[in-house]
Amino acid sequence: MASLAIGHSHGAKRSRRRISLSRFGGRWLSPVLLLLLWELGSRSGLIPERTLAAPSAVIGTLIEMVISGELPSNLLVSFARVAAGLLMGVGLGLALGLVAGLSRAGELAVDPLMQIKRTIPALALTPLFIVWFGIGETPKVALIAFATIFPVYLNLYSGIRSVDLRLLDAAKSFGLSRAEQIWHVILPSALPSLLVGLRYALSVSILVLVVAEQINASAGLGYLINNARDFMRTDIIVVCLMVYAILGLGADWLVRVIEARALVWRPSIVEQ
Amino acid sequence: MDARLGFSTVDTAVHQPHPDPVVRLRNFTRRFGANTIIDGLDIDIAPGEFIALLGRSGSGKTTLLRTLAGLDEVRGQDVEVPDSRAVVFQDARLLPWKPVWKNVGLGLKGEIRPRAEAALKEVGLSHRIDAWPLTLSGGEAQRAALARALVREPKLLLLDEPFAALDALTRYRMHDLVLSLWRRHRPAVLIVTHDVEEAIALADRVLVLDQGRIVAEERITAPRGERASFSARLREKLLSTLGGDDHGVVPFASTLEAAE
Repeated sequence: MASLAIGHSHGAKRSRRRISLSRFGGRWLSPVLLLLLWELGSRSGLIPERTLAAPSAVIGTLIEMVISGELPSNLLVSFARVAAGLLMGVGLGLALGLVAGLSRAGELAVDPLMQIKRTIPALALTPLFIVWFGIGETPKVALIAFATIFPVYLNLYSGIRSVDLRLLDAAKSFGLSRAEQIWHVILPSALPSLLVGLRYALSVSILVLVVAEQINASAGLGYLINNARDFMRTDIIVVCLMVYAILGLGADWLVRVIEARALVWRPSIVEQ
Repeated sequence: MDARLGFSTVDTAVHQPHPDPVVRLRNFTRRFGANTIIDGLDIDIAPGEFIALLGRSGSGKTTLLRTLAGLDEVRGQDVEVPDSRAVVFQDARLLPWKPVWKNVGLGLKGEIRPRAEAALKEVGLSHRIDAWPLTLSGGEAQRAALARALVREPKLLLLDEPFAALDALTRYRMHDLVLSLWRRHRPAVLIVTHDVEEAIALADRVLVLDQGRIVAEERITAPRGERASFSARLREKLLSTLGGDDHGVVPFASTLEAAE
């Protein structure tokens, strides 16, 4: 028995070590290897620069664009579009979700329209928005706003509706008014679901930004990409792709920070 | 019944109800569709009285409790309940997103932290005042729920099978706690339970509800802690009314035999 137990604990220890290795070093191995192969392919002429610039060239271009101010200024333009679109979309989604979630009449008025809206892919509205709003900033912001309403709306609405009725009963039994019930019970219980919606909205907004910026832009990341395409500057294209990826990561990080602060009361399911 | 027994069947013809009861129900009836859940119920609860309500599931005790808690509408019915009342549910029903002390002070106006602190100290939970409810044990959560009820200084305290989910040892401790809190604050207490022992150990008066009617009513005069001598006989009596004839099921039949 004893020897068996010792053997077992040995095995457990070794497997734990293996997991920690894969955690701290192993995960970086394959991406770095890919980068090396890519660099090697570019240097040896296997990958022509017209097809894809070498990683070293991309980094050089990135530094150049940052120093010249070209990248920061255009990034700011794109960022402003996302921010404006999100502000409107999330704001509308919140308002509609509250109306539909908290009142029966509101649900009857709002929900059918939202379900119809859901069936129309936001990007399919691009031509219509160009006809309506021209080719300036408005259609770009409007597209982002339109696309981000729904995830916020749906998650807030269903979050409100899935409130634990037993908690609501308890609050009622202590004489809380309707407004107090909403503030202390319904909204906090809908918050986790709302944050999921917000996360969706953020990733959708960047997706829509990429497409919206292809509409005759004179500034922004999309403009940079279009220009680079005309001059076959694959290095600039890759830089912009990297920036899009970083924007996405940043959006995700933002929601994580909000979640960590707003949902401290939840016991963590995954051990840290 | 012989007074030496320590308990007696309440004779409604002789028994004088309290002139100014906290709770007064007259001919209270509640139906859901064709189902009559509660059928012409008369109940008086005197100030500071400790009542246990026994009944099997489906006997209407939850409906009665919801009515007394003010959770159900009582349109056109003769129901008097005090405004200051508080409920402790079987599941503590603490809001998980508020720390314990904010749960205790839920809905109170003004400076709530000191009041919550005092209430939590009374139930022996001072050390968990800032804890998140989901980190509490079952017994701790029920203590917090008790504190939340008591901080309101209710005239009527409703306990809905509050200890059913606790282990035996914790349950006995909670019995002691509830009794000491009751002695200090003197609310009228109605505890809904299906545990006959619990009812005998705690109450001044035991009501048995079956099919929406009161089928038995026992007044226990012996002081708490000196009830062991007759508790087996009373339990047997209550169980026989609880057991119901046409249902054919006698709950706890085996424990009954074991006790004799």
